[in-house]
Amino acid sequence: MQLNVDRERVARCRELAAAIVAPVEAFIAAHSTVSVERAVLRLLGVDGVTPQEVPIPNAIVDTLPPAQRGRGVALAFGKALAETGLDPAALGEAMALGRYTLAEYAQTPEAAARGALRPHVEAALARIDSQRDERAARLERLPQLPPPLLYVIVASGNIYEDRTAAMAAAEAGAQVIAVIRSTGQSLLDFVPFGPTTEGFGGTYATQANFRIMRGALDEIAERLGRYVMLTNYASGLCMPEIAAMAAIERLDMLLNDSMYGILFRDINMKRTFIDQHFSRMLNAYSGIIINTGEDNYLTTADAVDQAPAVLASQFINEEFAHRAGLPDRQIGLGDAYEINPDLEDSFLYQVAQAQLAREIFPEASLKYMPPTKHMTGDVFKGHLIDAMFNLTSVITGQSIHLCGMLTEAIHTPFLGDRALALENARYVMSTARHLGDEIVLRPGGAIERRAEDVLTACEALLQRVAAMGLMNAIESAAFADISRAPEGGRGFEGVFARAGDYWNPFEEALRPSSFDSAQDDKRRTTSASVSA
Amino acid sequence: MSKLVKPYGDTQNDGKVQLSFTLPVEWSESADEAARQLAGKMGFTDVQVVDGRPIASGFSFFVLYASTPEAIDVENIAAPSARTHAMSMEEIDELIAERIGRKLRIAGACIGTDAHTVGIDAILNMKGYKGDYGLERYRMFETFNLGSQIAVEDLVRFTREHRIDALLASQVVTQKGSDIKNLTALSELLEAEGVRDDVVLICGGPRVTNRLASELGFDAGFGRGTLPSEVAAFIAVTLADRQRLAARR
Repeated sequence: MQLNVDRERVARCRELAAAIVAPVEAFIAAHSTVSVERAVLRLLGVDGVTPQEVPIPNAIVDTLPPAQRGRGVALAFGKALAETGLDPAALGEAMALGRYTLAEYAQTPEAAARGALRPHVEAALARIDSQRDERAARLERLPQLPPPLLYVIVASGNIYEDRTAAMAAAEAGAQVIAVIRSTGQSLLDFVPFGPTTEGFGGTYATQANFRIMRGALDEIAERLGRYVMLTNYASGLCMPEIAAMAAIERLDMLLNDSMYGILFRDINMKRTFIDQHFSRMLNAYSGIIINTGEDNYLTTADAVDQAPAVLASQFINEEFAHRAGLPDRQIGLGDAYEINPDLEDSFLYQVAQAQLAREIFPEASLKYMPPTKHMTGDVFKGHLIDAMFNLTSVITGQSIHLCGMLTEAIHTPFLGDRALALENARYVMSTARHLGDEIVLRPGGAIERRAEDVLTACEALLQRVAAMGLMNAIESAAFADISRAPEGGRGFEGVFARAGDYWNPFEEALRPSSFDSAQDDKRRTTSASVSA
Repeated sequence: MSKLVKPYGDTQNDGKVQLSFTLPVEWSESADEAARQLAGKMGFTDVQVVDGRPIASGFSFFVLYASTPEAIDVENIAAPSARTHAMSMEEIDELIAERIGRKLRIAGACIGTDAHTVGIDAILNMKGYKGDYGLERYRMFETFNLGSQIAVEDLVRFTREHRIDALLASQVVTQKGSDIKNLTALSELLEAEGVRDDVVLICGGPRVTNRLASELGFDAGFGRGTLPSEVAAFIAVTLADRQRLAARR
């Protein structure tokens, strides 16, 4: 199947996306956030909680005097490392107990701090390297089934129940398991600690929970002879920290959007732009595939009207991702099957949009999300709508396929719901596996015209955003009819300007330009890849 | 008056129902038999396990047809609906203008940790739902959509500070009773602050019923498929009636 896409228009959209992102990038380079700094500590091995249950990375970053914050936490922490001779984990714990403070080592020379940090930075990168290599080796030994990769969510609130559900789903054909976070975690300005057994609408993302689920999926993968990917959320106020934890625990995908938190969670836009950049640098290095959240445009407003906004957001997400060093195959641009099913020919519109994304982003790991907005308590009709969604996905060659649940509007999925959803997807995708290869779209027909209209309107939207600047455009509700002010929203107090001598050793090591070509080749062969 | 009915399969009073469930056992013929006997213990007769199969190690899924011996008297069921006033946007605006004589102030939010605004947006946003305009479009409403994850305390403060006439609380996430806790907290706090009688208090969500809402101390509850004009009409009629009663006192 092939649309007659106006390639020149696509090229102009990419130029516009670059023009939109470039000024934001300049802003990002001049700032950092508390979450970026906490991620630096986590990468060094600082973990655990204080006796008052405050995560130690938060406790340490919060003790940085305002005047020192602009230099970043690494230098101050490195000085304490040099003087105490402890390793980062032990120093973190000692600081949590109040035995040492960052302030007492202010006079220590910077060279000593850099020297003391260097082996720990190298060890942290080596640990991420080894997880990336481990993933590559397992994918080689335990190959996945061809895309679309069937992706389901588990969301009981209890990580041990989630483990049971995830293993059962893998046996029923799931190739990717996402552990939905507890509602509201995105608004916490810290990452909870330890295994958790209570949550609302999901399970807290903690490093211990990541490890438990990774272990379970590795176990079931051996039994099934195919690797099972693990997904969580690097979104909200702790994007960089979640990315760091995910790199360490070998997650394979992370939900990670450049604008989602701003629009749909009212997180400050400056905070989000800075955080998404560092989190994506980490994701790029650790071989994690990001999933962007364009589905949200479609669920909060009319899906037919919002189609150009979805495509515009995909262009912007792609540009931000490239600038953080993510290769196309690690960019899971989102779309969703959300048009009102009562609309005549809605299926044609869905095919047009999905195929348009496939052709504009040929190497990207496109993520296709299921109907939710028009799902009702009528599970029978819901199962049927999901089947049409499954058909669209397979004929347009989507890469990552979030299976729709017949009980979408009713409850977080039961174990049996997931099995039925996977059975539906496996049946439809098997019975129509090569249908897309057989279809020739009528030139100038309804599908081609719809795709052309969406692309044309997308270019107009990008032009408008480029003319205003991204931050002003968001303020004027250019996306999803939602207006957010540049200094409004949650987490703005955690944004600060970098001093001239700001230092983040990981950013320095991971800067896209600092990858030499040999490293890049290595990354190409070791990162996960699901491009169709 | 009473009228006893049973589920209808293809014959009056055959009592046919369809069931499906998962059991945490390996599938085998005896698992099918276990499913059949379980349905019998539920009170069903003529139980047929029409499908039984493994869906994972240690889990089996079953589809059953069976008959229930129970019947229900449909003439004696009380489930009053709040969706009783069928009026258009123009009629509602006119009613408010004539009988209340000022714009009504409406606030809506997803309360607690709930981040799912699809319901409240369908009711409030200009565009509305299924071709029925949202409350923002009404001439006689001034509307505040506070969005998602709004603490009950903040919503009550907002209600007081902005002299809100009608308050809409949305709850989509229902896991482990979080919706009931949040809604109860809202009605109790309004009561404690002495402002409960100053507002028309409404809740909505896919699992909300009008009956549940009145048990929790709300004036009305609206479930799935509710149109904005149904909510608007309830607000307008309720406030007009209250105004009339107040005038009479």
